[in-house]
Amino acid sequence: MAVPAQADSARVPSHRRLGRLRRTLAPISDARGMTRTMLWLGAGITLAFVLIALFAPVIAPYEFDTFRANGQRFPQLEAPSSDHLMGTNVQSTDVLSRIIWGTQTELKVVLVSLFFSILIGVPLGLFSGYFGGKLDRVLVLLMDALLVFPFLLLAIVIAFLLADKVGQGILTAAIAITVVYIPLYFRVVRNHTISIREEPFVEAARALGARPLTVIRKYVFFNVVQNVPPLATLNAADAILTLAALGFLGYGIQPTDGAEWGYDVNRAVSDAASGIWWTGLFPGLAIVLLVVGLTLLGEGLSETINPVLRKRAKVDVDLGPASEHKADVE
Amino acid sequence: MTDAPVVSVRDLRVYYGTLRGTVRAVDRVSLDIGAGEVLGLVGESGCGKSTLGRGILGLLPEGAVSDGEVLYDGRNLVTMSDRELRRLRGPDLGLIFQEPMTRLNPLMRIEEHFAETLKQHESNLDNREIRRRSLETLGRMGIPPTRFRQYPHEFSGGMRQRIMIALALVLRPKLLIADEPTTSLDVIVEAQILSILADLRDNFGTALLLITHNLGIVAEACDRVAVMYAGQIVEEGAARQVFSEPAHPYTRELLRSTISLDTTELHSIPGAPPSLIDPPSGCRFHPRCPEAMQVCAVREPIEQGLDGGRRVLCWLHGPDTEVPEAGWAQLERQEIAVAEEA
Amino acid sequence: MASQGTSLRQYALTRIALVIPMVLILLTLVFLLMRVAPGDPISSSLGGRVPQEEVERIKAELGYDRPIYVQYAEYLADIARGDFGTAITDRREIRDIIKENGAATLELTFFAMIVAIVVGVLFGLLAGRYRDTWIDGGGRLFGIVIYAMPVFFLGLMAQLFFGSYLGWLPTSDRASPIVDATLETHTNIYTIDTIINRDWDAFVDVSKHLILPAVTLGLVTAGVFIRLVRVNVIRTMKDDYIEAARARGIDERSVVYHHAFRNALVPVITIVGLTVALLLSGAVLTETTFNWPGIGKTLIDYLENRDYTAVQGIVVVFALIVVLASLIIDFVNAYIDPRIRY
Repeated sequence: MAVPAQADSARVPSHRRLGRLRRTLAPISDARGMTRTMLWLGAGITLAFVLIALFAPVIAPYEFDTFRANGQRFPQLEAPSSDHLMGTNVQSTDVLSRIIWGTQTELKVVLVSLFFSILIGVPLGLFSGYFGGKLDRVLVLLMDALLVFPFLLLAIVIAFLLADKVGQGILTAAIAITVVYIPLYFRVVRNHTISIREEPFVEAARALGARPLTVIRKYVFFNVVQNVPPLATLNAADAILTLAALGFLGYGIQPTDGAEWGYDVNRAVSDAASGIWWTGLFPGLAIVLLVVGLTLLGEGLSETINPVLRKRAKVDVDLGPASEHKADVE
Repeated sequence: MTDAPVVSVRDLRVYYGTLRGTVRAVDRVSLDIGAGEVLGLVGESGCGKSTLGRGILGLLPEGAVSDGEVLYDGRNLVTMSDRELRRLRGPDLGLIFQEPMTRLNPLMRIEEHFAETLKQHESNLDNREIRRRSLETLGRMGIPPTRFRQYPHEFSGGMRQRIMIALALVLRPKLLIADEPTTSLDVIVEAQILSILADLRDNFGTALLLITHNLGIVAEACDRVAVMYAGQIVEEGAARQVFSEPAHPYTRELLRSTISLDTTELHSIPGAPPSLIDPPSGCRFHPRCPEAMQVCAVREPIEQGLDGGRRVLCWLHGPDTEVPEAGWAQLERQEIAVAEEA
Repeated sequence: MASQGTSLRQYALTRIALVIPMVLILLTLVFLLMRVAPGDPISSSLGGRVPQEEVERIKAELGYDRPIYVQYAEYLADIARGDFGTAITDRREIRDIIKENGAATLELTFFAMIVAIVVGVLFGLLAGRYRDTWIDGGGRLFGIVIYAMPVFFLGLMAQLFFGSYLGWLPTSDRASPIVDATLETHTNIYTIDTIINRDWDAFVDVSKHLILPAVTLGLVTAGVFIRLVRVNVIRTMKDDYIEAARARGIDERSVVYHHAFRNALVPVITIVGLTVALLLSGAVLTETTFNWPGIGKTLIDYLENRDYTAVQGIVVVFALIVVLASLIIDFVNAYIDPRIRY
């Protein structure tokens, strides 16, 4: 006779919940050495970009497509000067402004896309991993097949296919990126769910008669979800690169929608022959810097969470006074 | 027991630093092991016995510091340079680990393991000689020559442990430390391993430190036994004597909690093993000791020698002159609750 | 117990059998994806540029007017015969495209892979070995930064610096116009062909053209290697058999090189396989930047012309290449690590 689910009725008091949060974040404050540097450096850089994106309207000297002011057209392809700190490009738009507005574009697209990737991939992985069966097998086959493709190629193909229906703009890029990363979250979450499912404490909960949804909610979800932040951060870094590549190839943003760094680099290729470096260097550096920031943050997080890689802190040991009692051995 | 011990440990301390404080894993331990003698080292999990075994060999993780003396062949291993210590490991000092499953390199054949070990220490050996000696030692362990070129994963746990022992023995070390060598093996294989170890004593005169939490093994295989608690040796003496007339309350409690065919009721020692970072004041066992006295909570006991070459670290055995008048009174039981926290 | 003498061949057959369903799914996926677009591919690419009767004629000729399951069956049958279709816009057979442009991509990715492995493994091993020192920090930062660089940006900078500014190296195409026109092709891999022809001037010219694209793509890919090799070295150094080897007195240098590095690199073989996928997508970007006439650039061109059949054919080939690569990697792995042979 099944025992009524004890697990169901127990409610975690709120102060204990906070403790759980504190315990989860503890490794972050414990992080030492390089991991700590990476974490904080990465967080700092990423935060800087987020702030730039948020305050773009305030910081940017001009709009992303402004090519004139006060009735005067901006000079074309002008080297960095006091008016235009990063110069202008062939369409007479200010490079610095395009970098700043581009930050908005990059972060917007990537954050929204990844949000949906996670929203779809994680639950799918959870349920597929926990319940198994036919649905699981089908999904695994499908996701593995998708994972065979390099992300960029898949994104290009999807963007290409969508371009007919949805046009070649921001939505296309966003959908492409969302689709491309779903299998990744699915696989990681599913694998982790499966290994957690076999853990004794889950088995014990099931033996007590807890309903599957409860087991997932209380035990499996929290464990598995811990994997997501570092994965998502590193994923975001990869997504920025994919978006920039799409932009470079012409499948990203329409120039009328906004500024995009990859697109700008593409435009700069023809400038290179004439030795014009500022139109390409600055957008490129922006990409590199943002991706570096996200990667540092992501690697720092995954090192913090993964105990295998955690290093024991080098704490000084004080041996104290030598023993007063000499051993009495014959 | 021969006159000069093979290894003499004096006041060995092994501490390592963690974010929560300094862990005093081994806190002033002294013991001797003679040639052909088997010394058993028993204690609960986490009492520091593994660290002691490794500490003697200098095989400690990063961040650990040691202090004291480990005298071998007239030299102190604690202060020796890494390079000299490394030269001793193998031909003089051997270590057998607990989990044989993971102690062999999965990409190397057994033959390569032996070749590497022998060549490292005796570089002038030719291949034929290496093969001969390896096969001889392996044969003694019951591993046939036909399997010499196989990979570790092709052997069972028991066989891998035998290979490990052979690997440790092929250089004929004078001191062998076995860290829970049979814990992860089943009883039958355990018996085989124990008989091999007993063989060592008889045929090679190896000094053996057998670390285990299993009292049965100690009773069966060891000449002497040292009982360890919270980083200290609380009792040491001839195995038969210690087991028939335990001098320390902890030893008594350990023996009482051992399960045998006569057991009708489970007995466990109340409380939990103490923290090695912040051990209890005075005698470390006092929170869980059924015979604790007032003095036990306040002053660390002084080691006493008993007849028969035994040592014990307990106020019950005096010295009476050091105990204040009020110290003899019984300790209140609520101390036990405090021990639960640890 | 693991069976003795599990042959590599057995593993190979099992593995191949497992791969077939995957391949089928991939092919079906590509087939379906390409038909997701409204209307038919012919109209999409040629409609409006070519009179309607012509469009209908081509449709009939290429089989797009038949029911979908017939098309599917023909599609699979064709692929089994090695016929990946014909491009609509320029009527080139995909098969030929692979042969001609594929060689260019192969040459590029091959040398890029060499650069990636050399740089990546070197930095990765050093970073893992000297963990938490400046060597480690520097190596990791280097890896992160070069991976963060979009390959087209690095390419652009390389073109600017080495091409326009220094004038040392050519910045696009596989060869100078003269060499391109007069080259006698055998394998279509220019470096090899020039050697076969014993045309040393041409060899130098072709090699110079190869340097910037290969190094660019290789460096960016090296970033992945550095991270993965480093993690593997760190993990391996914690493995139990490493400690066991040290306990036998094996010197640190041997421990690091023969045990740690060798075992750490085993998973790297797998990573090399995964990198094939990375190289393919990187190749697409690199070829576009450097005007290198490989499959990647060809794909982009066809994409721009909305040539569905060509895109389908090329994507199918890409998928098959990646699957084949992962198969090969698995075989190499099984060869190196005897545990894997089931």
